[in-house]
Amino acid sequence: MAHADTHAAHDHDHDHKPSGIGRWLFATNHKDIGTLYLLFALLMFFIGGAMALAIRAELYKPGLQFFDPGFYNSLLTSHALVMIFGAVMPAFVGLANWMIPLQIGAPDMALPRMNNYSFWILPFAFTLLLSSFFTAGGGPAGGWTLYPPLSLQAGDSFPLTIFAIHMMGASSIMGAINVIVTIMNMRAPGMTLLKLPLFCWTWLITAYLLIAVMPVLAGAVTMLLTDHYFGTSFFNPAGGGDPVMFQHIFWFFGHPEVYILILPAFGIVSEIIPTFARKPLFGYDAMVYATASIAFLSFIVWAHHMFTVGMPLAGEMFFMLSTMLIAIPTGVKVFNWTATMWKGSMTFEPPMLFALAFLFLFTIGGFSGLMLAIAPADFQYQDTYFVVAHFHYVLVPGAVFAIMAAVYYWLPKWTGHMYNMRLANWHFWVSTVSVNVLFFPQHFLGLAGMPRRIPDYSTQFTDWNMVSSVGGFVFGFSQILFVILIWQCVRGGAKATDKVWDGLSHGLEWTVPSPAPYHSFDTPPEVH
Amino acid sequence: MAAPRRHRALIGRLLLFTAGSFAFGFALVPLYSVLCKVWETGNRWYGTQTAQASVIEQPDAARVVTIEFIGTVAHAGEWEFAPTANTLKVHPGKLYEATFHAKNLTGHAVVAQAVPSIAPQSIAHYFKKTQCFCFEPQKFATDESRELLIRFIVDRELPADVDRITLSYSFFDLPSQTAANR
Amino acid sequence: MLNRKVLSALGVLLGAAPAVAYDSSYNMPVGVTQIAREVHSLHMIVFWICVAIAVAVFGAMIYSIIAFRKSKGAVADTTMLHSTIVEVIWTTIPVLILVGMAVPAAKTLVRMDDTRNAELSIKITGYQWKWQYEYLGKGISFYSTLGAESNYARQLHSGIDPNTVKDYLLEVDHEVVVPVDTKVRLLLTANDVIHSWWVPDFAVKKDAIPGFINEAWFKSEKIGHYTGQCTELCGRDHGFMPIVVNVVSKEDFARWVADQQAAAKAAAEGAAPTATTATTIAPAASAAAAR
Repeated sequence: MAHADTHAAHDHDHDHKPSGIGRWLFATNHKDIGTLYLLFALLMFFIGGAMALAIRAELYKPGLQFFDPGFYNSLLTSHALVMIFGAVMPAFVGLANWMIPLQIGAPDMALPRMNNYSFWILPFAFTLLLSSFFTAGGGPAGGWTLYPPLSLQAGDSFPLTIFAIHMMGASSIMGAINVIVTIMNMRAPGMTLLKLPLFCWTWLITAYLLIAVMPVLAGAVTMLLTDHYFGTSFFNPAGGGDPVMFQHIFWFFGHPEVYILILPAFGIVSEIIPTFARKPLFGYDAMVYATASIAFLSFIVWAHHMFTVGMPLAGEMFFMLSTMLIAIPTGVKVFNWTATMWKGSMTFEPPMLFALAFLFLFTIGGFSGLMLAIAPADFQYQDTYFVVAHFHYVLVPGAVFAIMAAVYYWLPKWTGHMYNMRLANWHFWVSTVSVNVLFFPQHFLGLAGMPRRIPDYSTQFTDWNMVSSVGGFVFGFSQILFVILIWQCVRGGAKATDKVWDGLSHGLEWTVPSPAPYHSFDTPPEVH
Repeated sequence: MAAPRRHRALIGRLLLFTAGSFAFGFALVPLYSVLCKVWETGNRWYGTQTAQASVIEQPDAARVVTIEFIGTVAHAGEWEFAPTANTLKVHPGKLYEATFHAKNLTGHAVVAQAVPSIAPQSIAHYFKKTQCFCFEPQKFATDESRELLIRFIVDRELPADVDRITLSYSFFDLPSQTAANR
Repeated sequence: MLNRKVLSALGVLLGAAPAVAYDSSYNMPVGVTQIAREVHSLHMIVFWICVAIAVAVFGAMIYSIIAFRKSKGAVADTTMLHSTIVEVIWTTIPVLILVGMAVPAAKTLVRMDDTRNAELSIKITGYQWKWQYEYLGKGISFYSTLGAESNYARQLHSGIDPNTVKDYLLEVDHEVVVPVDTKVRLLLTANDVIHSWWVPDFAVKKDAIPGFINEAWFKSEKIGHYTGQCTELCGRDHGFMPIVVNVVSKEDFARWVADQQAAAKAAAEGAAPTATTATTIAPAASAAAAR
């Protein structure tokens, strides 16, 4: 095994931290880079959130109150790009950076310089993307799915958006390579793959998904670019192209991307529930296989995003059935988490509260996903608020709550301080109630016939939109509590023990002191 | 430092891997052709834009299928473009002719391309053209109007549950640079 | 014991369903075509299956949260690690449920795909931001855009309260008129970008794609006005290109066609289909409002 000699080089500068801005600009330490990623994600979460609140403000009542419809389209497009590529993905990469070396007993990530590049690309990518708002014609307004020919009508924002997506993709691929190499080569002696913590497992699978599909997205947007500027006709029917081909390519990327956004969340929840149920995860092997099956299935279901484009009957059948299959491994995961809690001894600290909310609310998103899989019914759901409700249930109380659970779980390990539990509980309850007020009525709106991506609506949709907007503002502003809490915890607080939680301590991260030392494991721990 | 030697071997292998991946891209071409043949309904273009080399006429007098013609102009008002006859009743296995009327209203000479599409899409490969104005770009002088010809045959093997085929043409202006390249 | 309770609760909910489920402010409309009804019942079946699963799964979770808490003295059973039998059971049961859902769904899908024996063909072309309707073989063709009143009210800072506009954003200048109990085939394409034509009461949603032609059909069983909207983001005024279909009796439709053709003949000679103009004078007998 290679891991015995890889860490030897760093040993001499034990706990010596570079100081000043250079520590962050030239960071190669996995914890520093993890921190950068997490802070960047938090910033993007607020920028994307501000866009979401602007959208909800416009939708509070019928009629146009604040924005031109074109600007509204830019808002919703950028909201999606910022939240997906700027908030959720970097947050998961940040968590991976912080926790994977700690969990597998490695001194650092395998490729520290690449780690630095992969982070520092992101601020530039998002500067490009957000600066497109100031170009002639405004920001990208064709939806984050960038369907041609509409996306080709964009003005100067177009190349900026495409290059930003290229850079995000490059960053993601580098991050993914780093995760794979680290997990494959740097595990502590005795840590076989089937002893790997589930967070590492889900991230390993996610990393493969990233490497598989990010080049597909890059290819698709490059073809858009050449169609726009170099006279090619990939998606232009006049030259023998097909606009629907873009949708196929995009969703071949897009569906695995959806799992990139949720698999690490599965891992986080699988770490937290056993700790606070004081009972090892039920069916570890089944969990790993279920994750792998979900990843595999994600490659053969893409066209369920485009049932209405007019596919042949056989195609619709195939994609309907393959999509329904996903319910099986996902169900296995939910059942295993439930079985982990069964006959446990549970306590309800903030990380557990968020994990439980994930369990309930993600499952609701799963149910609406199953309904969407039924192709004939999907003709009624497609591109309505029902879909909006579905993917927000999966991404907000799903992915985002899992990220918050992870932060609450590991924050004492990172800072060495316990945080304000009262504030954390407040944050949890306000967020959980308001997120449901925000997204649940959107199911009704969609079923009653409100299309998505519209700045104004017929008066019969007013009531539920008002409810949703109120929920949105409460949810948005309650996230300020989260920032205050993190700020307080970084500044000081009760000293955290090495074990931090009075629960089932499993995993190597709880064997190192709190805060975790700058270099994690100088000598690899033995795992039995 | 013993490293460079090991690095060189690694670099060699990585370069080989890159070249292999690149070659694999080309290896996929025959694979995709096979897939497209097997699953020809998945190909929206199948049979719509190429001439059939030879067609044997074997009319099936007992069966009548309605062919519906549709013309769409991609930029409203710049063209007059419509089928001469809206529908035609045909026997599968027999060769037919139909025309579309087109008039250039742009006020200058222009090159246009007609893009065919057939509904239901899944039977597109039973609709065979021996001649079509959609096979190549059409040049029009200012205010020129012309009848555009298509010759086609519906395959005798057309599934029994099809009673009507729609042949649609969308008429696109070709940007001048594309026209010049051709 | 728990299961029986769950079942009886579900029975109550199912019994109550017809009463509450048809209020279209929070559920899918039942619609006015055979297909729409099938889709609605599929939707409700899958919904209730999800509710049943949710009751079971959330029930188990809530029970664990209440019964197995440390503060109540619960001691973790750390020997409970995995069970192949249980894993097999909770993989198999979902498979069976899914097969049960897939069979009716597949049947409906096949029926939706069957466009044969259509009595009327309408070509629908999507534009930024209006629809064009051409009645094939009838020489009727017109554009349908957002109604003037809605269009004034929807401008930024218009100062007009949308609540004072009748059918705000769901009214058009020229309605599509079709006969009742007639299989109408739609041929969809677009002029510029991708649009999508959706009328919930017919359960028809199909993309209109430039360069390509898509098929859909419906056979309305009820006279009335049915509204819908564009459902594929198509640019700035995507939210402002509604669809209104006026389903009338066959006699009224024949009269309407004659009127339109006469008007078209009077308006222009040798007109290409795109050059004709038309108005939708709603026949007197078609007053019934859909909702």
